[in-house]
Amino acid sequence: MSLEMIPEAAKVLYEKSPLDTFPIESEELTRLKKIANTVRISVIEMLTEAKSGHPGSSLSEVELLTALYFKFLKHDPKNPKDPNRDKFLLSKGHGVPTLYALLAECGYFDKSLLNTLRKLGSPLQGHPDRRKLPGIEACTGSLGQGLSIAQGLALADRLDGRKSLTFCMIGDGETQEGQIWECAMSAPKFQLDNLIVITDYNKAQIDGYTEEVMPLESLAKKWEAFNWDVIQIDGHDYLQILAAYDFARKKQNKKPTQIIAHTVKGKGVSFMEYKVDWHGVTPTPEEAKKALAELTERGKSL
Amino acid sequence: MSIATRSAFGETVAKLGETNPNIVVLDADLSKSTMSKFFAKQFPERFFEMGIAEANMIGTASGLAFSGKIPYICSFACFLTGRFDQIRLSIGYSGANVRLVGTHSGIAIGEDGYSQMGLEDIALMKSIPEMVVIQPADGEETKQAVEYLTNHHQGPAYLRLTRQKVPAVTDRVSNYEFKLGKPVTLRKGENIAIIATGGVVHESLKAAEKLQASGINPTVVNLHTIKPLDPSFFRELTETHRTLITVEDHQLDGGVGESISALVSELNPTRIFRIGVRNVYGESGSPEELYKKYQLDADGIAKQIAGWLK
Repeated sequence: MSLEMIPEAAKVLYEKSPLDTFPIESEELTRLKKIANTVRISVIEMLTEAKSGHPGSSLSEVELLTALYFKFLKHDPKNPKDPNRDKFLLSKGHGVPTLYALLAECGYFDKSLLNTLRKLGSPLQGHPDRRKLPGIEACTGSLGQGLSIAQGLALADRLDGRKSLTFCMIGDGETQEGQIWECAMSAPKFQLDNLIVITDYNKAQIDGYTEEVMPLESLAKKWEAFNWDVIQIDGHDYLQILAAYDFARKKQNKKPTQIIAHTVKGKGVSFMEYKVDWHGVTPTPEEAKKALAELTERGKSL
Repeated sequence: MSIATRSAFGETVAKLGETNPNIVVLDADLSKSTMSKFFAKQFPERFFEMGIAEANMIGTASGLAFSGKIPYICSFACFLTGRFDQIRLSIGYSGANVRLVGTHSGIAIGEDGYSQMGLEDIALMKSIPEMVVIQPADGEETKQAVEYLTNHHQGPAYLRLTRQKVPAVTDRVSNYEFKLGKPVTLRKGENIAIIATGGVVHESLKAAEKLQASGINPTVVNLHTIKPLDPSFFRELTETHRTLITVEDHQLDGGVGESISALVSELNPTRIFRIGVRNVYGESGSPEELYKKYQLDADGIAKQIAGWLK
């Protein structure tokens, strides 16, 4: 999409943080891109089958979570409760189709479960449920709550002397919740440099663009003022994502990290990109066909 | 011996901290009032001062519980349970092994007035599936309840405590032993049974003595576990008593009397009168003045019962 077609309200200027280049071979980069494409295909298929859910917010987080699960997270799908694992919590629970697709790619459960999303008896609930599905760390979906839970996990790791990391993804709209700022205040107090927050800043929420519904800007300055290390990246650029995760993992300065990832709502499906209306509406079979054709084509070109 | 149940909690959890390294305590700037200060002093590395931010405290406790800790989270009953959405999702639905400690329950807190009174907390907590709700009546029962919650209980639990000192009542039972869900008969009478919970158990016992003078000889039951209720106990109680009276320092709507009425109506329909705070807000005043005005002291309880039985 050309820059002039991006809605004015979805344009937020930012400076990319200077980070060390993360060394990665081009084959590996291609592998990650292919996984992301496969995940997008799964997301469209799942949501079309389910006939309800959130495509826009699922598609904006794909690269961020693919990089996490396939390059960074210390985890074992065969032993999801390993106390020494790194943890990931999706606080913006409505984006869970992407997480389900990735967990299936990793081998936490059989891919055939994906088409049971949101159906009676399925462990793939409309929003994440830690008691029903391995690999899910928390029950989220009432926005604002997951970050505090992540803080608790990070505190427990430190109490028990584990070197594990806790990653938590929050939404931009979710950042309007007061509880986010309660935790923004407390994590630096507890010096949790093992807590890494990723904001999926796709600039849109149900009722409109975030800057119109309830402005977040200047978001980076807000987190900096709360004593977090703040990094701003393009949330679809693997090199920047990997560099940001690597920075957060290596640093030990007793400050939690906030990675503000600038993303595109509906990323990867041309007619969904930047469209507020695709927050919580699923594609018709015809639209799904069009989306899947686009994605399949892109997959071939990788 | 009189002791506030919040004090008994504070002393017990600090004591248990010596032998159970998994206990962690969180407070929202009220440790001097909830009495979590004893634990804080003894185990600073396992005490987390969360500031005046209860929602964040609730979520943090959940994360700690998922990693095997046994968190006690403390605040005034109304402030803690007021964060209902966090409790229902981050603790309840998540199955988090967290103990919520709500102190300053009821109008008995006195001068601070309605904004600080836990008067709807039972209604909120009992509506959450799997949530256990416990309200001890004296220091010994509090101690045993906290021991139970620490060493034997798995899952979310709400512990409702008093600001005011309450006299011992469980010493009426020899070798008293707290058993979750098993109400304790403190006084054996006939025909009429008073079922009381928390700080008003003592007042109910005194009311029973007063009523005896006018030929009414009530049984008095201490209901320390508000949820779950034991059907077999209430089946037997209603088979041996014609009328039940419930007494609580809480709104009647959503309270203990309501739970018992619902259960008894299914088991063995029996006439039940409910004593408590009847669809009004609390106010400032000394605890004694308030108990007199709202008829929750021994005189008020006895008068209400006598009136109904006429």
